[in-house]
Amino acid sequence: MERDDVIEYSLDTHHSEEEGKKIRKKIWFVTLLLTVVTAVEVLLGAFVKQGGSMWTTVKIIFIVLTLLKAGYIVLTFMHLGDEKKALKWIILLPYFIFIVYLMFIAFNEATAVGAEM
Amino acid sequence: MSGHASKEIDTTASWGGKVSPFSVSYGKLMMWFFLVSDALTFGGLLVAYGYTRYTFDGMWPIGEETFEALPFLGNGFPLVYVALMTFILIVSSVTMVLAVEAGHRMDKKGVIKWMLATIIGGFFFVGSQAWEWSHFIHGTEFGRVQLSDGSSAIVKGEFGDIESFEVIEAGAHSPAAGELITNENISEADGDLMHAFHHAAEEGHLEGSNATDLKIHLHDGTVAKVNRAADKDLQLVIKEPGTKYAVSLPSDKETRIHGEEATELYYEAITAGKVIYGANMEQNEYGPKQYGQFFFFITGFHGFHVFSGVVINILIFIGVLRGIYHKRGHYEMVEKTGLYWHFVDLVWVFVFTFFYLI
Repeated sequence: MERDDVIEYSLDTHHSEEEGKKIRKKIWFVTLLLTVVTAVEVLLGAFVKQGGSMWTTVKIIFIVLTLLKAGYIVLTFMHLGDEKKALKWIILLPYFIFIVYLMFIAFNEATAVGAEM
Repeated sequence: MSGHASKEIDTTASWGGKVSPFSVSYGKLMMWFFLVSDALTFGGLLVAYGYTRYTFDGMWPIGEETFEALPFLGNGFPLVYVALMTFILIVSSVTMVLAVEAGHRMDKKGVIKWMLATIIGGFFFVGSQAWEWSHFIHGTEFGRVQLSDGSSAIVKGEFGDIESFEVIEAGAHSPAAGELITNENISEADGDLMHAFHHAAEEGHLEGSNATDLKIHLHDGTVAKVNRAADKDLQLVIKEPGTKYAVSLPSDKETRIHGEEATELYYEAITAGKVIYGANMEQNEYGPKQYGQFFFFITGFHGFHVFSGVVINILIFIGVLRGIYHKRGHYEMVEKTGLYWHFVDLVWVFVFTFFYLI
């Protein structure tokens, strides 16, 4: 049976030994970064108590660090950074719009419901 | 690298529309579409979790108070175990991306090596999650107690070891009065000393007023004295307010109940049967029942993704071993299963932050 997939696109991702070295170097860098960020998050989580004066700041730091980790995973590990721009934004945009909007509505409402209870 | 819009494609092999608008193969594009929808599912779950949490405010359990146990080492290690799980998943994601990279160089040996490492990492993660579930379901040694004023508290401190039950009145299956029941000769229905103790506490079958002076009524009618060490540093962390005690602030340990008062209140509660151990779908010792339900659903749904990821990885691994992709001229199947595997890691990054940290 004749295959109906476009093999050119699949071959397009091939690279040479030298390029591979560079890519691997980047992979190990991202590994180190993800590990360090996770360690920092755990230390903050273990030592800064919820509801304390530092808590709001730490919460924001958690969210920023999470987005940073997610960004490195999606753009480097999943190679989305190497895909065409159109594909990249079609995949990412729904989250920036939909999830952020949903969070805003849900948490606002929940606070009101919580106050009623 | 992909992404060259000007790439000439042999039109006899291209889509009906002649050329892929994104310069990626059909299979890879569909994997991305699937991941987009799957991510929205997890997004919905986490937002629902956030919504529920906001409605409960201060009563909601706190990650570093709830998850602080390690296998073999006991309690007092806040978030260390989850961090370890996160690290395992990150590492297996790295080995996956190295397999994909090796595939891009048509290095079959490299793909085999790194995919095998990924599969092993996946099994480690699923195994760690099994331990965590088991720990969550069985609960802590102290449990959660409802105090006489109607408030409800979780307990911190070191639970005094149960050494044996000293028989006072022999039951149907117990040794004679004066002899000891230990983990070696305890009846099968009772399981072990700790299990029997918890069960009796839930049923209100304990009598006494402190750790070293308790009487237990077992299944078979045995009445025994509980030989136990004293608890150390028992503290009650109030989670739901009652008529006398207000909710303890996580940021201020002084708002917990300490010392004699804590011990008295705790043993008053467990001898009255007002204690919950562990978790199920109806109730749990950590907080509102929705907390347990979300724990089971979100981490379970994620764990199921990890499990299916391992299965898919194994299938592709067999394909690599048989040389199917090498003959095909490219290892895109490894790249596609890699996308799924990274996605599982990605979801965990969010679950880790929003379920455990915040």
